[in-house]
Amino acid sequence: MSPMKTRSMTIHEVAWAIPAAALACLALFIASRTTDAAYAFHMYVFTLAGVAAVFLLASRASSGVPATPLQEINGKPNYHMGPVKFATLAAMVWGIAGFTVGLLIALQLAYPALNFDVAYLQFGRMRPLHTSAVIFAFGGNVLLATSFYVVQRTCQARIAGDIAPWFVVLGYNLFIVIAGTGYLLGITQGKEYAEPEWYADLWLTIVWVAYLLVFLATLWKRKEPHIYVANWFTLAFIVTIAVLHLGNNATIPVSIFSPKSYIVWSGVQDAMFQWWYGHNAVGFFLTAGFLAIMYYFVPKRAGRPVYSYRLSIIHFWALIFLYIWAGPHHLHYTALPDWAQTLGMTFSIMLWMPSWGGMINGLMTLSGAWDKLRTDPVLRMMVVSVAFYGMSTFEGPMMSIKAVNSLSHYTDWTIGHVHSGALGWVGYVSFGAIYCLVPWLWNRKGLYSDKLVNWHFWISTLGIVLYITAMWVSGIMEGLMWRAYNALGFLEYSFIETVEAKHLLYVIRALGGGLFLLGALIMAYNLYMTIRSVPAAAGAEGGQPALVPAE
Amino acid sequence: MSLWSKHAIFEKNSIILLLGIIVVISIGGLVEIAPLFYLRSTIEQVKGVRPYTPLELAGRQIYVREGCYNCHSQMIRPLRDEVERYGHYSLAAESMFDKPFQWGSKRTGPDLARVGDKYSDDWQLQHLNNPRALVPQSIMPGYPFLAKTELNAADIGDHLRVNSYTGVPYTPEMIANAVMDLRAQTNPDDANASAFEKRYGKVNIRDFDGNPQKITEADALIAYLQVLGTMVDFKGYDEKANYR
Repeated sequence: MSPMKTRSMTIHEVAWAIPAAALACLALFIASRTTDAAYAFHMYVFTLAGVAAVFLLASRASSGVPATPLQEINGKPNYHMGPVKFATLAAMVWGIAGFTVGLLIALQLAYPALNFDVAYLQFGRMRPLHTSAVIFAFGGNVLLATSFYVVQRTCQARIAGDIAPWFVVLGYNLFIVIAGTGYLLGITQGKEYAEPEWYADLWLTIVWVAYLLVFLATLWKRKEPHIYVANWFTLAFIVTIAVLHLGNNATIPVSIFSPKSYIVWSGVQDAMFQWWYGHNAVGFFLTAGFLAIMYYFVPKRAGRPVYSYRLSIIHFWALIFLYIWAGPHHLHYTALPDWAQTLGMTFSIMLWMPSWGGMINGLMTLSGAWDKLRTDPVLRMMVVSVAFYGMSTFEGPMMSIKAVNSLSHYTDWTIGHVHSGALGWVGYVSFGAIYCLVPWLWNRKGLYSDKLVNWHFWISTLGIVLYITAMWVSGIMEGLMWRAYNALGFLEYSFIETVEAKHLLYVIRALGGGLFLLGALIMAYNLYMTIRSVPAAAGAEGGQPALVPAE
Repeated sequence: MSLWSKHAIFEKNSIILLLGIIVVISIGGLVEIAPLFYLRSTIEQVKGVRPYTPLELAGRQIYVREGCYNCHSQMIRPLRDEVERYGHYSLAAESMFDKPFQWGSKRTGPDLARVGDKYSDDWQLQHLNNPRALVPQSIMPGYPFLAKTELNAADIGDHLRVNSYTGVPYTPEMIANAVMDLRAQTNPDDANASAFEKRYGKVNIRDFDGNPQKITEADALIAYLQVLGTMVDFKGYDEKANYR
């Protein structure tokens, strides 16, 4: 082994270290002045992160990491996969954490004693922890990992920046830690799926701008003249999430020493902003971002080109145009004006078409390779995810019809709908992508065990089926009970009778969630063994993707 | 076909693709959101709706902090069963000072838009302490810590000020007296009680948690719950004028 070469810090490293040190100092100053203990804790976390960043940057220099990494080695791009590996593992860890909290809150609804009457553990704080952990921590890390992987491979270029991609991945996970601990400590904005307070939002904005710049700058380095379709979806996801985040988090802090802020919108305007944000968090975070995964990983795994290039174009533009309109279907029969509700419903129904166009494009990519479903459980998982995507994008437009919504709104049916999309579509396409990525990134011959993938698939599919059917029954039942009248024209049921009627269904739902978690644990073990004990693949990492550049 | 080949301009220029995305995603949001700041039905003022008192606002923070909105809506839809179960359907004006709005999206528990004055303070307190003591089948978590925790609202004046920056009509006098007003609302014998009442109009002034020794988080939360949906007097409300 050659002795390690030390060098002085490069100008880039210093340029990153200065703001990190400044952040640490600012956070320490705020921590010393605030009277809010939870907020002070968060400021200490920021301080620690700033100090750690300076330390890591300095240790790069002292341990001899090359000052400027090679762009190519032997004529092949020198891909920067460190941040991708980190995000992949983080996704798995956060996923299991998020599923576990989900199981806990499902059990709390069946057995309220599990709230323990402790502030930090009760449902109202754990539910945002669950939703944020699975959407933003698990889903977000999957998106960071796959988008950084795909953009490098499809552009045939090393990602832009050496430190910047690390900043995006680590900075995003710092946001997750701040958000999650904040909910437990009672720091929340009280807007669904946008609970983090102003300082966490500000930090995410900085990270997100860096994400956009790294992604764009990598596109600029591409060797192909055309930008691959997966990257269109990723770009739309990054840009739109930025717009939504700014619009729905336009808050004024009470003071820099207080974690609390007030949003500039109020009442009905705030409601519209919230569901414009909320529904497009579904549309762009949980759909566009994961469609990018479908457009790269399904063709690659099936060894077939994307079914139709023209369908991709229609799918892309129609989807992003129509999605933005759908928000008001969360506000049917509320104080939002009728015309806005009707627009929301109309566009939600139209959205069915591009959604299924995308599903067809994904499924038909298997033309000529359907036999692989028998032999490749990873591909099967991704294909089933696309099928679930088709199912929930039919159910969604149906539930957005006002007459249907008058029954389904406020009930468990909505929870069932969300989970058929979240567990079936987002969960499975993510699992598929991670099963692909781990052997590629760690240069392994394959997965440790295909059999375990099979077990994962069947156990969690059973879990999903139990979950969504329980919620359908419980949701439609309570909706009907709320509106039931007796022969004398009085309401037939008191509210608490409808709560009581759902108990068994809540137990079944928790069982379904438990099976899904069990599947994820099997997956984590499989991945751990893949990294630890599967021999290296012969030759270079992975094969070339079977892609046709977009015409 | 030539039209398809034109799409290459987006595929070859990341900035044109980026601009295309921004244009396409802007349209829906602008059409649906911008008019809400101008239409009469969404900015109407209804008699009786007033800003929250400092104690109610502090209680609202606790409502938000504990995530009550995860299980309770505050939006009665104009459907026969809902109006009979919960009361008059909710008006836009009734949440015009709500930052953020708390309409909710799920009814694991009942709607709370008009829960004010429906139960006694004592019922609310006992229910918060142990919901199953009053409703055996309830699945709501218990919040016994609220009545034991002293309310920390020394900076409530700053909260009022920030609200006033964005349209909530808190006067400088209300902001300056916020801490005193908060105290006065829990004690009818307080020297400032009448001045407080004059500033806000129709208010509930009493010791909400039955513990005069200290002002607790339960005081604030119950004060908030008891005012929900009670501001508008529907006897004098002209429904026809607000058809939309």
